[in-house]
Amino acid sequence: MNSEILGTVLQIALMVGLSYPLGRYIAKVYKGEKNGFDFMAPVERWFYKFCGIDPQEEMGWKKFLIVLLTLNLFWFFWGMVLLVFQGHLPLNPDGNPGQSPDLAFNTCISFMVNCNLQHYSGESGLSYFTQLFVIMLFQFVTAATGMAAFAGMLKGMAGKTTRNLGNFWVYLVKSVTRILMPLSLLVGFILILQGTPMGFDGKMELTTLEGAEQSISQGPTAAVVPIKQLGTNGGGYFGVNSSHPLENPTFLTNIVECWSILILPMAMVFALGFYLKRKKLAYSIFGVMLFAYLAGVVTSTYFEMNGNPEIDRVGIAQQYGSMEGKETRLGSAATALWGMTTTVTSNGSVNGMHDSTMPLSGMMQMLNMQINCWFGGVGVGFMNYYTFIIIAVFISGLMVGRTPEFLGKKVEAREMKIAVIVALLHPFVILVGTALASWLAARNPELAGAWLNNPSFHGLSEMLYEYTSAAANNGSGFEGLADNTPFWNISTGFVLILSRYLPIVGQIAIVGLLASKKYIPESAGTLKTDTATFAFMTFAVIVIIAALAFFPALTLGPIAEYLSF
Amino acid sequence: MKNNKTASLFPGKLVRESLIQAFRKLDPRILFRNPILFTVEVSTFVMLLVTLWVAFDRNAGQGSLGYNLTVLVVLFVTLLFANFAEAIAEARGKAQADSLRKTREETPAKLVVNGEVRTVSSCRLKKGDVFECEAGDTVPSDGEIIEGLASIDESAITGESAPVIREAGGDKSSVTGGTKVLSDRIRVKVTAQPGESFLDRMIALVEGASRQKTPNEIALTILLAGFSLVFVIVCVTLKPFADYTGTLINIAALISLFVCLIPTTIGGLLSAIGIAGMDRALRANVITKSGKAVETAGDVDTLLLDKTGTITIGNRKATRFYPAAGTDERDFIHACLLASLSDETPEGRSIVELGRENGLKMRELNTAGSRMIRFSAETKSSGVDLSDGIRIRKGAYDAIRKICADAGGTFPQETEGIIRKISEKGGTPLVVSVNERVAGVIELQDVIKPGIQERFGRLRKMGVKTVMVTGDNPLTAKYIAEKAGVDDFIAEAKPEDKMQYIRREQHQGKLVAMMGDGTNDAPALAQADVGVAMNSGTQAAKEAGNMVDLDNDPTKLIEIVEIGKQLLMTRGTLTTFSIANDVAKYFAIVPALFIFSVPALEALNIMHLHSPQTAILSAVIFNAIIIPLLIPLALRGVKYKPIGASALLRRNLFIYGLGGIIAPFVGIKLIDMLVSLFF
Repeated sequence: MNSEILGTVLQIALMVGLSYPLGRYIAKVYKGEKNGFDFMAPVERWFYKFCGIDPQEEMGWKKFLIVLLTLNLFWFFWGMVLLVFQGHLPLNPDGNPGQSPDLAFNTCISFMVNCNLQHYSGESGLSYFTQLFVIMLFQFVTAATGMAAFAGMLKGMAGKTTRNLGNFWVYLVKSVTRILMPLSLLVGFILILQGTPMGFDGKMELTTLEGAEQSISQGPTAAVVPIKQLGTNGGGYFGVNSSHPLENPTFLTNIVECWSILILPMAMVFALGFYLKRKKLAYSIFGVMLFAYLAGVVTSTYFEMNGNPEIDRVGIAQQYGSMEGKETRLGSAATALWGMTTTVTSNGSVNGMHDSTMPLSGMMQMLNMQINCWFGGVGVGFMNYYTFIIIAVFISGLMVGRTPEFLGKKVEAREMKIAVIVALLHPFVILVGTALASWLAARNPELAGAWLNNPSFHGLSEMLYEYTSAAANNGSGFEGLADNTPFWNISTGFVLILSRYLPIVGQIAIVGLLASKKYIPESAGTLKTDTATFAFMTFAVIVIIAALAFFPALTLGPIAEYLSF
Repeated sequence: MKNNKTASLFPGKLVRESLIQAFRKLDPRILFRNPILFTVEVSTFVMLLVTLWVAFDRNAGQGSLGYNLTVLVVLFVTLLFANFAEAIAEARGKAQADSLRKTREETPAKLVVNGEVRTVSSCRLKKGDVFECEAGDTVPSDGEIIEGLASIDESAITGESAPVIREAGGDKSSVTGGTKVLSDRIRVKVTAQPGESFLDRMIALVEGASRQKTPNEIALTILLAGFSLVFVIVCVTLKPFADYTGTLINIAALISLFVCLIPTTIGGLLSAIGIAGMDRALRANVITKSGKAVETAGDVDTLLLDKTGTITIGNRKATRFYPAAGTDERDFIHACLLASLSDETPEGRSIVELGRENGLKMRELNTAGSRMIRFSAETKSSGVDLSDGIRIRKGAYDAIRKICADAGGTFPQETEGIIRKISEKGGTPLVVSVNERVAGVIELQDVIKPGIQERFGRLRKMGVKTVMVTGDNPLTAKYIAEKAGVDDFIAEAKPEDKMQYIRREQHQGKLVAMMGDGTNDAPALAQADVGVAMNSGTQAAKEAGNMVDLDNDPTKLIEIVEIGKQLLMTRGTLTTFSIANDVAKYFAIVPALFIFSVPALEALNIMHLHSPQTAILSAVIFNAIIIPLLIPLALRGVKYKPIGASALLRRNLFIYGLGGIIAPFVGIKLIDMLVSLFF
C-alpha cells in the first residue's frame, strides 16, 4: 500500500483505538469515581478554597448556565485588556505593539469561544505574555468549559428525575487537572523532542546557506501547541499554524498533533456510553460520526492525491498529488486527513492552506463545519449532535405511533422550540453573513478586490468558508481572504458569540428541562435509540436539514468551481 | 353512524362543499394559524405582482409571461389543495353533526313543577329541573332517572337499534338527550346546562369548532415552521450569492424553490390528520372529549380491563359433574337438575343444559308437589324440597358445609380435594347436598372469549401491559389471567383497588387506560390517563372519563389505543415523506437556477429534465398534486402493525422515507415530459 495512505489509516486507527479507554477514564472523572489521577485532589481542593468555591453545591440548569456565562464574560474583559496593552507588558522581546481594538475584540472573542479564528499572525500580533496568559490560558479554560457543559449534560441525562446537573466549577477544574493537563504534557514532551522551540528568547538571527540574513520567530511554542490541538482550539502559535516547521517539525509530530485533534472528541462519545451505561447508544452515535468523517477523508484524500487537472493539462507531472499550499515533509494525504480532522471537530488548526485544496476537498471541509457535529468540539460536539437527536427522536417517535421520548423523557413543544432555534441558528448566521458580504462585494468591486484573492465562485467560497468557520467555532480559514478589516473583525465576532453561547444555553436548557420530567420506563412500544435504524435516521435528519440547506450556496461555490475545470 | 364505516371517502356533496370552503380558507387571517401555508400565500402574492410586472413590461428579464403565469396558477392551486384537505376532513365531521342536530331540534319537554306537568321548549331546561317522558317521547336533555323504568331507543346516538332498559337508581340511570322512550314512563332530573349537553358537545366536537391543537401537534408545527424558516434564509440569501458570482436568477424560480422546499405536503395535511383521527374514533362509536385524549391513548402503557364481558363471555357455565363417593352419577345429575329447577340465573340454566348433554331431560323429572327454595343471602344456597320429603340444596362450599355440620354430618375429605382442584383450574365449585349429605360437586367455568389471546398478544407487542380486574378469588383470577394471556390481575377487586393500582402505575411514569360504567368507577376513570366510560353507565362515570363508548363494548379500549397510534404515525410518516421529497426537488431546481450562467452545472441535472423552465414547473406541479394524492392516506391513517417499535420504524422509514426520496424523482420526470410539450 502507498505509504501516505498507510499513514492515514494508522492515524485513524490510533485515534479510534485509544479513544475507547480514554472515554472510560473520562466517564470516571466526571462521575467522581476512583481514578488514576486522584493525586490531583489536594491541588483541586486548594483551588476551590482559594476561589471560595463550594464544590458540593448542586446546580440546576439555570444556575449552571449563569456560572458558565459569567465566567466567560470575565475572560472577555481579561483578554481585551491584555491584548490592547500587550506592548507595555513584560515578556515581549520582539517589541510587538498592542492590537487595535477591533482586532483585539475579534481575537479575544474568538479565543473565548474556543474558535481561534485568527485575523493576525502570532509572530507579530502577540507577545510571549499574551501567548501564554491569553491564548494558552483561554485554550485550556474554554476547552474545559465545553467539557464541563458536556459533563453537566451527562449528569442530567443519567438521572431518572433530577434538577441537579452537578457543579460547573468541579467539572471545569477536573477537566483541566485530570484530562487536558496530563495529555498536554505528554504531547508537549514529544514535540520538544522533535525540535519544537520552548523558551523565552526573542527572534533568532541566522545567516542561511545562501548567505541571506533571516530572523526566525520562536518562544514558548511547545507549551501552546499541545492544548491548541487537544482542546479543539486551533489557534496557531505562528501565523501559518501547524504548517510552520517549528510548530510541526516532522511527520511524527504531524501524526501526534493530528491525533490530538480528534482524540478527545472521539473519547467523549465513549465517555457518554460509559457514563450512562448505554454503550450501544455510544457505539451507534460513534458509528454515524466515524462514517461521516471517513466519507470526508476518502473524498478529500482522493482529490488531493490525484492532483489538479489544470496542472495536468499543462503537462506537469504531479506524482505527489496536488502540492500547492502543502508542506513537502507532510505530503498531500496527510494534509487531506488533517483538513478533514480539523473541520469535523471545531479545531481549525491547519498543516496546509485550505484555500489551495481541490474544490471538493474545500466543500467537504465546509460541509463538516456546516454540520458541526461529526465528533465536533470537545464536549460541545456531542451537544450539537444531541440537538439533531431530539429532532430525529421527535419524527421517528411519531412514526412508531408514540409521543416521542428520549432516554425515558418525553420530548414536547418546549424542547422542540429550543432544538429548532439551535438547529436554525447555524445556517442562519452562515448564510446571512455570507449574503451580506457578497452583497457588499457585488456592489463594490473595489471592496471585493481588497478582500478577495479570487473572483467568482472561489471568491464566494472564501467568504462562505469564513462565516462557516466562525459559526462552527472552528477558526480555520480560506486564507485568500484579507480578513483583518473592521467589517470582518466585527461581523465574524458577533457570529462567534452567537454560535458559541446560544447552542450551549439551548442544549443545557433542553437537558435540564428533560431531566426534571417524569421518567418513563421502557416498553416494547418504546422507540429504541441505540439501534442502527435510529442511527441512520439521525444521519438522514442531519443531512437533509443541516447539509441540504447549504446545497444551493455550495453549488455556486465549490461545485461550480469543480465542474468548471 | 355505524353504517358510515364503509362509505366512500369523497361523497360528491362533501367535495362540492369542501371546494367552497377551500376558497374561504384563503383568508389570510385564517391561514395565519398555519405558518407553512401562510408563507405559501405570501409567495403567491409576490408571484402575482411579478406576473403583473411581466405582463406590463416585457423586458423585465423575468422569463416569459406564460411561464410566470403558470407558476402563479400552480402556487394558487397548491394553496387550494391544502385548504381542501382540511375542508374535506371537517366536512365529513359536519355531515355527522348535521344528522345529530336533527334530533336536537326543538323537542318539547314536559317540565314537572310542584307535581304539575307543563310543556316547555327543551332549550329552556336548566340543570336540576325535572321532566317527564312517556312512550313515544324524545328525551329533551341529558339527565338521570329519578323515578321509573323505561326501554329506550338510543339509535340516534349509538346507531344500535336494539332498545335498552334504563331505570332509576343503580348504574343504568342516565338518559341522553335525543334518544327516544319506547315504553313506560320515567321522571328525569336534568344534569346538563343548556348548550352543554352530551349532544351539544358531540356536535361541536365533530364540527371541529372546539378542536384545539394538541401539544404534540404544536411541537410538530414548531418543527415545521423551523424548517420553513431555514428555507426562507436559503432562498433569500441565494440572491446576493448569485449577484456576486454574476448568475441571473428570476424571481419565479426563487419562489418555486422556496415553495418546493418548505414542507407544504405535511403542512397542508396536518390539520386534516388531526380531524380525521377524532373522526376515526367517532366511527368506532367512541366520543372523545378532546383530540388530546386520542393521542394519549396511543401512548398508553397499561390497560385495566374488567374480566366479565371483556375477557370472558358474560357468565360462568357448568362444565362437569363430580358425584361424591357412594353416589351414583345419574342420581347426582338428577339431583343437580332438580336443584336448578327454580334457578333462572344463566348459571342455573347452564346446569340444565349440561344435564341435557348427559342425557337427562327436565321433562323426565317428577316435580309434582315439590317446593322451591329460592336463593337467600342468609343461607347462600337454593334448592328444592320434593313431595317425597327429599331435601336438595345447592350452594357455595361454605354454605353446604354449614348445612351438613348443622345436621351433625361431616364433609367428605375427597370432595374437598375435588373442590380445591376446581378452584386451581379457575373454576367455581357448586356443592350439592341431598338430605344434608354431600352428593357431589358441579364445576362452573368461565368461558374465555374466542380470539382474546391474540388481541392481548397484539397489545403486548405494542408495549401495552394488560391487567385483568375481577372480583374472583386470587386462585381463580390467576388461572383465568394465564389462560387469557393477560400480564397481571387484580383479584377480589374493590373500586379502591383499581384506583390504587392506577396510582402505582402512574407513579412509575406509565400512562393508564381503563373502562368503567358504574358511579363507583368514576374516581378511577378520572384518575386514569384515558378513562373510557360506557354510554350505558351513570352520568358520573361519563363526566369523569375523557371518552364515552357508545357501543358499551369493553374491548373497545384496544381499538382506541390503535386509533391513537395511527394518528401519531400518520403525522410522523407524512412529515418524513414531505422532508424526504426535498432531496429530489433540490436536484430538479438548483441546476435549473444557475444553468444559464454556469453551463457545467448540467452535470447535476441527473433527471435530464428538458429545460430549466420545465424543471421548475414540474417541481412545483409535483409539489401541488402530491397533496390531494395523499388526502386519502391522511384521512384513513397509516395502518398500524404491532411488530415492535424498531421494526415499525424500519418499515415506515423504508416506505415513507425511501419512498419520499424516490417518488418525486419519478413524478417530476414524468411531469417534465408532459410539460415539455408546451414549453
